[in-house]
Amino acid sequence: MDKMPKWADVILTPLISLVLAFAISALVILAIGESPWEALKTMVTGALGSSYGWGFTLYYTTNFIFTGLAVAVAYHASLFNIGGEGQAGLGGLGVAIMCLFIPWTHWSLALIAASLGAAAFGAAWAFIPAVLQAKRGSHIVITTIMFNFIAAALLNWALVNWLRPVGSMDPASANFPEATHLPKITDMFAALGIEWGTHTPVNVTFFVALLACVAVWALIWRSKLGYEIRALGRSETAARYAGISPVRVTVIAMLISGGLAGMMATNNVMGEAERLVLNNVEGAGFIGIAVALMGRNHPVGVLLAALLFGFLYQGGGELALWTSIPRELIIVIQALVILFTGALDNMVRAPLEAFFVARRKRGDA
Amino acid sequence: MPAADTMGGGPVSAPHAAPPAIELSGISKSFGPVQANKDIDLTVAKGSIHGIIGENGAGKSTLMSILYGFYKPDRGEIRVNGRAIQITDSMTAIRAGIGMVFQHFKLVRNFTVLENIILGAEDGPMLRPSLARARTRLRELAEEYELQVDPDEVIEELSVGHQQRVEILKALYRQADILILDEPTGVLTPAEADHLFRILRGLRDEGKTIILITHKLREIMEITDTVSVMRRGEMVASVTTAETSPEELAELMVGRKVLMEVDKQPAAPGETVLSVRDLRLVDDEGVERIRGISFDIREGEIVGIAGVSGNGQTQLLELLGGFPEKGATVGGEVVMNGHSLDLTGTKSDAATRRARGIGHVPEDRQDEGLIMDFAAWENVAFGYHHAPEYGRGVFMDRAAIRRDAEAKIERFDVRPPNPDLAARNFSGGNQQKIVVAREVERNPDLLLIGQPTRGVDIGAIEFIHKRIVELRDAGKAVLLVSVELDEIMSLSDRILVMFDGLIMGERQAATTTPGELGLLMAGVTDTENARDEDGIPPEHSHPVDRPDEATPRPEGGH
Repeated sequence: MDKMPKWADVILTPLISLVLAFAISALVILAIGESPWEALKTMVTGALGSSYGWGFTLYYTTNFIFTGLAVAVAYHASLFNIGGEGQAGLGGLGVAIMCLFIPWTHWSLALIAASLGAAAFGAAWAFIPAVLQAKRGSHIVITTIMFNFIAAALLNWALVNWLRPVGSMDPASANFPEATHLPKITDMFAALGIEWGTHTPVNVTFFVALLACVAVWALIWRSKLGYEIRALGRSETAARYAGISPVRVTVIAMLISGGLAGMMATNNVMGEAERLVLNNVEGAGFIGIAVALMGRNHPVGVLLAALLFGFLYQGGGELALWTSIPRELIIVIQALVILFTGALDNMVRAPLEAFFVARRKRGDA
Repeated sequence: MPAADTMGGGPVSAPHAAPPAIELSGISKSFGPVQANKDIDLTVAKGSIHGIIGENGAGKSTLMSILYGFYKPDRGEIRVNGRAIQITDSMTAIRAGIGMVFQHFKLVRNFTVLENIILGAEDGPMLRPSLARARTRLRELAEEYELQVDPDEVIEELSVGHQQRVEILKALYRQADILILDEPTGVLTPAEADHLFRILRGLRDEGKTIILITHKLREIMEITDTVSVMRRGEMVASVTTAETSPEELAELMVGRKVLMEVDKQPAAPGETVLSVRDLRLVDDEGVERIRGISFDIREGEIVGIAGVSGNGQTQLLELLGGFPEKGATVGGEVVMNGHSLDLTGTKSDAATRRARGIGHVPEDRQDEGLIMDFAAWENVAFGYHHAPEYGRGVFMDRAAIRRDAEAKIERFDVRPPNPDLAARNFSGGNQQKIVVAREVERNPDLLLIGQPTRGVDIGAIEFIHKRIVELRDAGKAVLLVSVELDEIMSLSDRILVMFDGLIMGERQAATTTPGELGLLMAGVTDTENARDEDGIPPEHSHPVDRPDEATPRPEGGH
């Protein structure tokens, strides 16, 4: 018998955690002599109050959906992929190669090729830790985090020694050709006659991210491979009993995970920057961990959590812009959200469960 | 509760001068919505052996855990020697003179016997004086109660029987007056069990009180003075053992009359289905778990493998099922229906074995046979999820699997009949029915089945046994592994006995006796001239590594 109803598990628990995180953030803001109410208002108007704000919020959301899904898929196989940062960085290299070296005629073809390139590079970056885990038992947490550093160094090398245009002092690739520029949501909505704030980075890859959510859902809960991934994640002995090869499924799950992380680059590198720069992932790979944790590794949860973190990112930026609350405090707020929804989950869950059990018992009596 | 009063008191609390060793009244405990103990009254007289019997999940272990301070009761009172006490943790229980021997031993495996004995009962910051004192005391206890163990041996080197002695010594060293033993004979040979019972009688005669938790009626009848029966969290009866019968106890346990014998005709074996030659397995620590065994199984027969757990049976089943433990080295030959099976490489996995017609009900349904978090219907496809009828391309055909699951649940009377319920929310018996339904209904040429009724209630045991016999009668081969000697003897047609990775001998089920099998289980093949105490396995778990101990020799040059 489940301890509490499903809605309490998936909605109420994260909601209460969130409220607690915001409450403590409010105390911190009070402590530095600012008004929490004003801060919240600034964040909400800045991130959600205009189509301009939404344009940024959804751009960040797109990044977090990809990295969140990446963590979620691996998690179902009981693998903790914290290498999203490096895999997304390498994905950027894949995008850059596809965009710079092949003359495309239309953005849609370029997007398909760039997605494949990004996924392939991200997957390749996850492949080595996956094999080390599956065959040698080297812990994936250790190897993926080390691969983040290697990825950063590799990107640095590629940009400085290879992709940097001759004569440029900037460790960045050349601008991608016009034909590879992705349509912004602004343009797409304008074509439909809807006005959307201009100069916002959200672009067509947001819809690719939504498609990825559906695809991950179908993979995990509808496909045979997803069944094997979930079985392996729950019990390796049972998986072996059922004829599921732990090595094969571990590697495949990590390839999919790395591929999803890599695909983030179609949004930030191809859709926004339109060239490859250093440190383009900007921590989104790590935010993906929090997103997956909070979203309970379900695509719908990941989508909602990505939206929340998109809001925090954009709202935080606004906060730094319009108030004297320092940017670092935004990180404190984000950290509190992660702490409460992820690490301190049981703090909220246990009393809630006790509450529901007690209520049911009273109902029975 | 007038009923509980008359039953709970009964002959036990009759006019004794001394207060009862243990007196529980109105103990209740629930875990979430599950009421594990409901208004339990229990009186155990000082200096008696009191049995507590009940099916799995009846609440026996919960009750004893309350007594030992692992759980706090929701309601009720505990009196020890007439004094009401609150048992908040195991230290309180120990101070009150209660000692517990768990089913799964709580020993530090890489410590010596002596170190385990003093663990938690050290005299001071330095170990040496404690160890010296323990050594002397251990010698006294060993002489007093026939509890000989080498104090300097490391636990993992000892056989399970000797490990259990260490557990008992641990309790006695802490001056326990009340000893609780949870399913103590599950890991013992018949002779070892006899020896244990002798020890327990000796302890009782010294004035100690013993509570024996078991599901084996035979043991209750043999050793206890009084017995209490639990069913679904309630204490349904407390009686004097001499005034009851196994049939009556079984009926009290289950709540209805039960058939205690397996109903089957003599086997009519046909062609050889599986033939195993010189099979060997060395695990990743370099220990030889299977040491060159050979046997055949034919169509239409059930071959039982008897033996104390840990003598290679688990490894044998896993190896034949296609998932030997990781890092193991395998040698030998296995021929199935005339085709040699790959024992190494990618074609040695469980999927290939299933394709060859080997079904497998594993020993550990919770960690192998089922994914506990998956719904029942998802578990129905487990291992067969690539079967064409369960899939559409890369996707699972959920509707088809669900239909099949519903049908299986109905045919096997799984309760509750809800395919959406997660496997962990079914009782042990119903979990096992799901696994058995899945494997048996595939109609495999060979069914491997390990501990088919471990933790399964009596009603389900009957049902599962019937299905196994039906499969045999349909001309299929069955390899049965069980540590329950009764089950082996009643279900098998032919019995092989394993000891220390070897097959010690073969017997016909119809003509052998528990005593004879017990000797083989202890590695004694000269069953004609053996004495009773020879049925106790050697002190070490792998006698072959000990040149000073007699090495077991299988019969007939296996």
